[in-house]
Amino acid sequence: MINQYPLWKYLLIAVIVVTGIIYALPNLYGEDPAIQISPARSAQIDEAVHRQVLDVLEKNRIAPLQTEYTEQQMLLRFADTEVQLKANDLIRDALGGRYTVALNLAPATPDWLRSLNAMPMYLGLDLRGGVHFLMEVDMETALTQALERYVGDFRTTLREAKLRYITISREGKVVEVKFRDQQQRDAAQQLLIDSGNYDDLEFTRAERGGAYYLRAGLQKNAQREIRRFALQQNITTLRNRVNELGVAEPVIQQQGQERIVVQLPGVQDTARAKEILGATATLEFRMVDERGDVQAAVAGRVPPTSRLYHERDGRPILLKRQVIITGDYITDASSGIEQQTGSPAVFITLDGKGARMMSNATRDNIGKSMAVVFIELKSETRIVDGKPVKTRKKSEEVINVATIRDQLGKRFQISGLDDTREARNLALLLRAGALAAPIEIVEERTIGPSLGQDNIDKGVRSVVIGFVLVLAFMALWYRGFGLMANLALTLNLVLIVAVLSMLQATLTLPGIAGIVLTVGMAVDANVLIFERIREELRNGNTPQASIDAGYSKALSTIADANITTLLAALVLFGFGTGPIKGFAVTLSIGIVTSMFTAIMVTRAVANLVYGRQRRLGKLSI
Amino acid sequence: MQLFKKTTEINFLSVRKIAMFVSLVLIVGSLLSLFARGLNFGIDFTGGTLIEMGYSQPVELVEVRDALAEAGFDDAIVQHFGTSREVLVRVPPREGLNSAELSSRILHVLQQQEGAGEVKMRRVEFVGPQVGEELTNDGGLAMLYALIGILIYVALRFEYRFAVGAVAALVHDVIITLGIFSLLQLDFDLTVLAAILAIIGYSLNDTIVVFDRIRENFIKLRTGTPLEVMNISINQTLARTLMTSFTTLLVVVALFVFGGELIHGFATALLIGIVVGTYSSIYVASSAALALGVSKADLMPVEKEGAEQQQDELP
Repeated sequence: MINQYPLWKYLLIAVIVVTGIIYALPNLYGEDPAIQISPARSAQIDEAVHRQVLDVLEKNRIAPLQTEYTEQQMLLRFADTEVQLKANDLIRDALGGRYTVALNLAPATPDWLRSLNAMPMYLGLDLRGGVHFLMEVDMETALTQALERYVGDFRTTLREAKLRYITISREGKVVEVKFRDQQQRDAAQQLLIDSGNYDDLEFTRAERGGAYYLRAGLQKNAQREIRRFALQQNITTLRNRVNELGVAEPVIQQQGQERIVVQLPGVQDTARAKEILGATATLEFRMVDERGDVQAAVAGRVPPTSRLYHERDGRPILLKRQVIITGDYITDASSGIEQQTGSPAVFITLDGKGARMMSNATRDNIGKSMAVVFIELKSETRIVDGKPVKTRKKSEEVINVATIRDQLGKRFQISGLDDTREARNLALLLRAGALAAPIEIVEERTIGPSLGQDNIDKGVRSVVIGFVLVLAFMALWYRGFGLMANLALTLNLVLIVAVLSMLQATLTLPGIAGIVLTVGMAVDANVLIFERIREELRNGNTPQASIDAGYSKALSTIADANITTLLAALVLFGFGTGPIKGFAVTLSIGIVTSMFTAIMVTRAVANLVYGRQRRLGKLSI
Repeated sequence: MQLFKKTTEINFLSVRKIAMFVSLVLIVGSLLSLFARGLNFGIDFTGGTLIEMGYSQPVELVEVRDALAEAGFDDAIVQHFGTSREVLVRVPPREGLNSAELSSRILHVLQQQEGAGEVKMRRVEFVGPQVGEELTNDGGLAMLYALIGILIYVALRFEYRFAVGAVAALVHDVIITLGIFSLLQLDFDLTVLAAILAIIGYSLNDTIVVFDRIRENFIKLRTGTPLEVMNISINQTLARTLMTSFTTLLVVVALFVFGGELIHGFATALLIGIVVGTYSSIYVASSAALALGVSKADLMPVEKEGAEQQQDELP
């Protein structure tokens, strides 16, 4: 009896098949339109909120199919999108800004499957619609900003020690301090090193045109640290902003050393998403230099303690160099309308430290003017002479100048904004925090919802048609053995889907192409075996011996062929970005599962059918 | 049903000089086209902006072009995509314009276009020049790594002459597929690159099956010149080669016809690759190994494995 499997092999196959079917099953149930509510800052979802939401819906005669909630999230399922959209508006109004309300599609997996952790495949953006951004953090600017801070710090340190210097400025990648004589310079260097605040800097000395210079550049590991921090800080800020936008299941991930991937399923208004995510707007509060001569400054003679700015209408204005506070101290901001003038305004709340700094500055300056500077940093890549060149632009506008009437504290408002939209965006940006360094969108892929559905339909259709063609052909060509191969092929498809679902891998359109290709190539193993069996039969061997020889001889060929294909798939995976990776993943999984189904499963069936027949006359092949 | 009632005895390698000549002509032609016309790289590689719009009724391209030209996008390439209700707009990266905002502006222009009925955004892709450049480099590297990996694996499993033969066949397939893409100026995007790597995997699969049989026969058959042994091996695997190619073609044709526009380039590349790959595993891979002087003695180190296989035959 050569064509028999031990019992454990049959059992193993049965276990794998059943597991595969269970984990592939959730994909058949589809998705419910749902609303996802998550708390913004410091809020929580509790019974009260749950009750509140249900009451609002009940009042408007909307009954959700199902609701469930944890502290972090509440999910409401609805029968159709129309109801979902209506409920979305109602809930948004009812809950206000403390919660993020987002539209979502929730898998309609039955409870018994969910208890087994069986979930459907995760659909990629090209199938469900949404935006994919690849953003590059401008590390040069992050480093420059760090140096600019040292310029200010040096100035303070040297002044406090009453050390005389001529100028301090940032020149390229170093901070340069100019002294009249060598002695002062050396004393300053000693002072800065001894202070212990500048361990991240490397000091060098130079002498040019009769003046003495102290130069300080960032050390290598300090640079690395700044880059790392800029990336992390930007990811945090982007996450806050995405939450403000109200997106369900966003993906915000680091990619490489200086890039961030942001994926927003379901978002269609890419213009707003781009505006919000890429914005670097922040605020600075400075005192107006009322004694300085603005006309002289425009002509180029700016007083050393002041800087020249422009207001929105283009009028020049002189502001003190010293910053009262920056946007970093803002803990909350909301937009609204100013009572007296009816113009759009942003209401700001500062943290403790910021409030103290603000109240100190305003207490000493009652009657004087304070300006709000709106700062935006942009970096973009343009093509110049056929080569990409990075350009940076910093725009600083004075949006508001007001006379200080009272000592300001924790809360105050600023006006001078163009419209309510600008007020709204500024409030959102101030709430979410500033970006540590400007980012630039270097790649954008947006898929509309209609195209996403199209892609699913076409993808599924081509899988089904290709699959049926192959099934028909195999049955025609190899008869009984062809049916075994077809069983294996079907099982292979189930297993691919099951593995993708278990890994929660993202299914993309190229991923579907990978599945289609695997279907075509998976029969290869069976073709190899069956042709070998035919050959053995032609050579006059008995059917039983032919089956056995066919399988064992084809085995090493199949292994070699599949390992090399797997090699190509792995290279694809290693190099590929998003869509290509999806293709590589399904191809690799398909190769592995097809080895199992084409070799073990068909053999098991062949053994069951033919293995017990002592006098086997003819094979159906 | 069977393709051949008994093992065929076609003398494939007798025409190897002619096949070599045909391959050479195809390769030289492909290279000429690649150098002269180049590939029609999609925005994945060149950078730029691509927008696909869906209209509620068939739309004239001239109107779309006019609307875009009026807004200053007179260098936009406008074409139908699939049906006459879908329009694809491509804008190359240009000097001195912030490209990230470009897509929003074009979208705005198209949505404001008069008399076009309802216009829906179906897809927007923007790739910055720096990303495109990286992809081109990475893509080339990926291909190189795949080939080197395969060369090593085949050299270890078989013999270096086979490895060279297999890689020669792969390079042959890749160049000709690229050549056809260049000649017809088909869009070469990221999915096509994936398809080319899939072709490498596929064609290799085919070649390995033939080589495997050659190795087996070198050891099993006591007599015969390398040429005869190879001919026998190719004939023995012929039914399988054609069957597998046919079933794979079936699904790729399904993908080509029903998979939609986005996957079209991918399916086209695979169609070409499978046909060329099947041809190359019969004519190119073996011929190359033969030309390098592969002989029975070269496979002696792996004889042990062959001996085991022969023992397996005895039940």
